[in-house]
Amino acid sequence: MITFWVAVLALSILLYVLLDGFDLGVGILYGFTRDEGKRRDMINAIAPFWDGNETWLVVAGVVLWGAFPIIYATLFSAFYIPLVLMLAGLILRGVAFEFRNKALHLRWVWDAGFAGGSLLATFMQGLMVGALVAGLPLSHGNYAGGEFGWLSTFSVLCGVGLCLGYSLLGACWLVRKCDGQVQARAYRLIPALSVIALAVLAAVFIFALREHLQVLGRWLERPYLFLFPLLGIAAGIGLILSVHRRRELAPFCLVAATFAAAFCTFAISFWPYMIPFSITIDAAAAPHASLAFMFWGEGLFVLPLMLIYTAISCRVFHGKVRSQSDSY
Amino acid sequence: MHITALLLSRLQFAFTISFHIIFPSFTIGLAAFLTILEALHLATGRPTYRVVFEFWLKIFAVAFGIGVVTGIVMAFQFGTNWSELARVSGPIQGPLISYETFMAFFLEATFFGILLFGRTRVAPWLYLVSTAMVALGTTLSAYWIMVNNSWMQVPTGYALVHGDLVPDDWPQILFNSVVWVRFPHMLLASYLTGAFCVAATGAWYVLRREFNAEARVMLRMGLILAAVLLPIQLFFGHLVGDYVHDRQPVKFAAIEGRWHDEQPAGEVLLAIPDPVAETNHYQIKIPVLGSVIGSLSLHSKEVGLTDFPRADRPPMVIPFFAFRIMVGCGLAMLLLAWVGTYLSLKERLERHRALLYSIFWSFPLPFVAILTGWFTAEVGRQPWTIYGLLRTADAVTPILATRTALISLVVYCALYTFIGGFGVLFIYRLLRAGPGGRLALPPSSEHGRAVPLGDEPFIATESP
Repeated sequence: MITFWVAVLALSILLYVLLDGFDLGVGILYGFTRDEGKRRDMINAIAPFWDGNETWLVVAGVVLWGAFPIIYATLFSAFYIPLVLMLAGLILRGVAFEFRNKALHLRWVWDAGFAGGSLLATFMQGLMVGALVAGLPLSHGNYAGGEFGWLSTFSVLCGVGLCLGYSLLGACWLVRKCDGQVQARAYRLIPALSVIALAVLAAVFIFALREHLQVLGRWLERPYLFLFPLLGIAAGIGLILSVHRRRELAPFCLVAATFAAAFCTFAISFWPYMIPFSITIDAAAAPHASLAFMFWGEGLFVLPLMLIYTAISCRVFHGKVRSQSDSY
Repeated sequence: MHITALLLSRLQFAFTISFHIIFPSFTIGLAAFLTILEALHLATGRPTYRVVFEFWLKIFAVAFGIGVVTGIVMAFQFGTNWSELARVSGPIQGPLISYETFMAFFLEATFFGILLFGRTRVAPWLYLVSTAMVALGTTLSAYWIMVNNSWMQVPTGYALVHGDLVPDDWPQILFNSVVWVRFPHMLLASYLTGAFCVAATGAWYVLRREFNAEARVMLRMGLILAAVLLPIQLFFGHLVGDYVHDRQPVKFAAIEGRWHDEQPAGEVLLAIPDPVAETNHYQIKIPVLGSVIGSLSLHSKEVGLTDFPRADRPPMVIPFFAFRIMVGCGLAMLLLAWVGTYLSLKERLERHRALLYSIFWSFPLPFVAILTGWFTAEVGRQPWTIYGLLRTADAVTPILATRTALISLVVYCALYTFIGGFGVLFIYRLLRAGPGGRLALPPSSEHGRAVPLGDEPFIATESP
């Protein structure tokens, strides 16, 4: 039971990163686009999906609460301010989808909210992951790092890294969903974004070495972990080749594979801890009665349905954005 | 009053959830209404139903968007501000809330996308199914929220293990009688909200002598629905009162404004309660009626607030007045719906402009009733978060600093005011432009009616 819910949690976080990652990324790129026609195409490329994508974040949150209540309570209260800012970003960008077309004079407000909100939410997510990797000081099961303990050079670097990563996903999504100028621009962006993202990743790594982060010890203990970065590198090379050949679907899949490789690296480095090196999965799990109740209903029946809905949505809205007929 | 993280967290929760509930209660009702409209359109082929559908779908989209983004905050807030609650009752509340997310949110998100963008992409029957799925999703969401909240009102089916509340009897938690009177009460309230908003809009257009066909459909459908549902709602309201009487006597005494035991008990209709002196001023009271309402008896003894220690009493002024405002709104809606339906069926409603004005201005009533109803339920439960088990003061995040809580409260207040203000403005513009117009035209525009709906081809094929 515990294993099942860890797997669901991992799946929902990964799906969230990949799915909301591309629409947050499009939101970030949107901020660097001035032309109204291009902006409209970009919005339309994600409009039918963003709500479903964002729901995976809620899924991860509530699975955490239901199956691992201690982690939910500890982590969310520790990341109080980053979470509030992330939610503020998500709110701003979420309403912008509907509001920007209803505004008469203040469209720029919602455009700024859409791009700024996407950036803020992404940055805060990366920052929290960074702070978690760097280690959360706990005492008696409560966070003891102070009001701003999550703020460090390392966590900020991780925040910047995630912004680049999501932008990359977003650019690949635009390659797939758009044509014309938007697609051409996205193709041009991918190599540049990849290089900068790689540089930030290297900086993160060097920083981790310098700070003697505990997680590095894990890598020496578990050398098979190097398999995943290698897979990531292979996907990166594939990405450059596929962009060069102007493939439309392959870049997105390859960036997604890179994200998945990074995700596996984290997950396996920390196993069996949920909050690295202080609370294990078994210690955090809810009683069997809770896990079983969740399993026999939502786990066994509703989760497959959710995946089917996601597939239906992709199927109904397959193909390129049609600028005229589907616009908001 | 001393400002603490606890106080700020309570203010924040009250603010964010009150703001949030306005939108789901509207969209639950509206989703059901949209399903009926789409089904009627498919069955009869009358273009008016389609025009009314497209019109309300635009308003639904704005309200739904605000409901979604403010709802995400709720899923995180239990962890950020109420970590002790999240930890202690997580094994019960966590699975309930996760069922809501799993069963409802994906249904809503996916099929709502099809509603907004899929008209030209899916077959008509699938579009109808999508509409019904959105309505089903909103209803399921309401069910799980009501199960969760009912469990906090009357905890049941649990065991206390090492200080944590763990599930012992899930069927008892899911299907107890408290859930099955409170869930229909909330669902009916949402349907009434939708019905009154639609009827009020119809009345507005009739008064403005615009959109005649659409306005008549809205006015009549809204009024008839409300006229049928309101008596049922009053009945369920009474059942909710029964559970409070039996399971939460101190809340019941606070609502009734009864300070001391009485036999037989009178019913305080209105009064100015004085919690310090533990008495009411200027009260209007009907003898014996309190026993009849509480126990269906002419001589039962009903308990008063002073039976309970002060530390266990809710701040009685809020539930006392909130309850009376809710009932007042309900009765006003009943009167409007019945008289309006009677005149509408006699085809005489359009001559009674005063009544049309009343119906138009009645649109805030269901919202006020829902908010005050929730104030009664939630404030009346204080000082407990989980009734009888976990006090609100013990549920708050222990490490939360006052300054941190203040930051989040300010952020949420500013943001919600901002998006709420614009949301209401945009909905107002859509309503003002009326059915058949393009999105959000300025009020003075010439195009109010002439421009076809969107760029979609249906007008050309369906309009005569």
